[in-house]
Amino acid sequence: MTRETIAAAARALADGALTSEALTERHLERVTRDVTGAFLAVDTTGARAAARASDERRRRGAALGPLDGVPLALKDNILTEGVVTTAGSRMLERFLPPVDATVTARLKAAGAVLLGKTNLDEFGMGSSTEASAFHRTKNPFDLSRTPGGSSGGSAAAVAAGLALGALGTDTGGSIRQPASFTGLVGLKPSYGRVSRSGVVAYASSLDQVGPLAKTVEDAALLLEAIEGLDPDDSTSIAAPATAWSAARGRGVSGLTIGLPKEYFVEGMEPEVERSVRHVAARLEALGAKVVEVSLPHTRHALATYYVIAPCEAASNLGRYDGVRYGHRTADAKSLTELYERSRAEGFGSEVKRRIMLGTFALSAGYADAYYRKAQQVRELIRRDFEAVFQQVDLVLSATSPVLPWTLGEKLDDPLSMYLMDVLTLPCNLAGLPGLSLPCALSSSGLPIGAQLLARPFAEATLLQAAFALEADLSLALAPRGGA
Amino acid sequence: MKLTEQQVRHVAKLARLALTREELDTFGQQLSHVLDAVDALAQVDTSALGGPAGSDGATPHLREDVVSGETGTKVALANAPLAVGSSFAIPRVLE
Repeated sequence: MTRETIAAAARALADGALTSEALTERHLERVTRDVTGAFLAVDTTGARAAARASDERRRRGAALGPLDGVPLALKDNILTEGVVTTAGSRMLERFLPPVDATVTARLKAAGAVLLGKTNLDEFGMGSSTEASAFHRTKNPFDLSRTPGGSSGGSAAAVAAGLALGALGTDTGGSIRQPASFTGLVGLKPSYGRVSRSGVVAYASSLDQVGPLAKTVEDAALLLEAIEGLDPDDSTSIAAPATAWSAARGRGVSGLTIGLPKEYFVEGMEPEVERSVRHVAARLEALGAKVVEVSLPHTRHALATYYVIAPCEAASNLGRYDGVRYGHRTADAKSLTELYERSRAEGFGSEVKRRIMLGTFALSAGYADAYYRKAQQVRELIRRDFEAVFQQVDLVLSATSPVLPWTLGEKLDDPLSMYLMDVLTLPCNLAGLPGLSLPCALSSSGLPIGAQLLARPFAEATLLQAAFALEADLSLALAPRGGA
Repeated sequence: MKLTEQQVRHVAKLARLALTREELDTFGQQLSHVLDAVDALAQVDTSALGGPAGSDGATPHLREDVVSGETGTKVALANAPLAVGSSFAIPRVLE
């Protein structure tokens, strides 16, 4: 059976073998039978209209490009005009954006069909999608397990064949880890490559939007559509477009890959470690040089992230005060009561926890010891990478130290959940591009992902190696819960 | 670092979060636990650095100081929990 990919759909649409209307209807129908809980909202009317418009353009000979007529999904922290955007929170349960996020507008300009909004941990805070205020999403490979988070809904949607590709966001691993857990390619672009305008802010110096897709080529097609300078995002950078098609077929001989010893952590699942070492062996067989490297400040990345991200979140989430939008408590007698009760009622416990942590770490008497110190250690982490990238072109590791855990397993101890992000966090702290590629299935049938990191704005190098590995590993991944 | 109840109440006040008795206890414990993990940062030698991350010479990219587009009252009020005329209504602040 041919795998359904964006690239294959684009060819079929271009050949006239398929219409966008038929393709979209097929996906909408699957969504109605979804057992994973991937979606929070399905925009049937909008999707059908976009599909018809796409077919009409094609009939006139005015087809837009590879994404024209292709059904995609967006994580529900990305604003979509006229479609309720909740960020997975009761705080925004009825929020109707008056504008599209820049990435939404760019996908629409490319002719994509947007099927709906996918589930996430509330405000992007979580690694399992269990912190959504609405429902849990299940892993299509094993419905008793998490698809990862916070972009779990987007991952489940693509892995279960409900959408051909999706966008997620990644602040500490939230694209890469769900991609790893569901057998997908997930890419977090370099900080500044993709606009954050219209994306509900969690941690402004860490957040990035990126693709989740079945293949490296599909991920590259999505990146191509959304990347680029945006005047509405003052942190977006004017970088040349990622030269991904030149990267395909280049292979890995001539590349040097670093295996950081600090990323083989205690408590790592033996099958995960074996899979990553196997990937290293394949890279060598394909002509790359593989060397051991050291990133000495790795052990401080967890603490650094769990100061900086909550601090920035506390600041960003201050806007939810019940005044201009979002949930407002009933019968507040004073402005303070309005604020305190609206926020207590609108936010879930993980969000409150992180706001409290961030508020504490920024408060008088503690800001120097916590926030300022964390930003300094962050710079040391960035410099570790800078030094290592003098010797190597890419860094290879596992994406997650463990396999997807069972739903409910990690809810009693927040810190044990935070530890799951150790391998993905440093990339966000250093602003690097990172990609997770499926590299194996565990003996229990669960996907395992390998993570590649590159220098800032070297997405083409990431894709170069990912293309070569994908072809070499030739994994056949078909979850029980989908197409 | 172990947080006292008074500290937790203070932080909740700063964060404008009304916490239940149960949340005060649970968050107090959970935050203390996370802060224990974070306290190790104090041991990291950062003396070689000047300022914090990102403070070394990156040029901010600025745009022209020109008004571009307008949200408009209707759009601004579209998600208002309570609007009165062209204003957001809030509980009385001044006597």
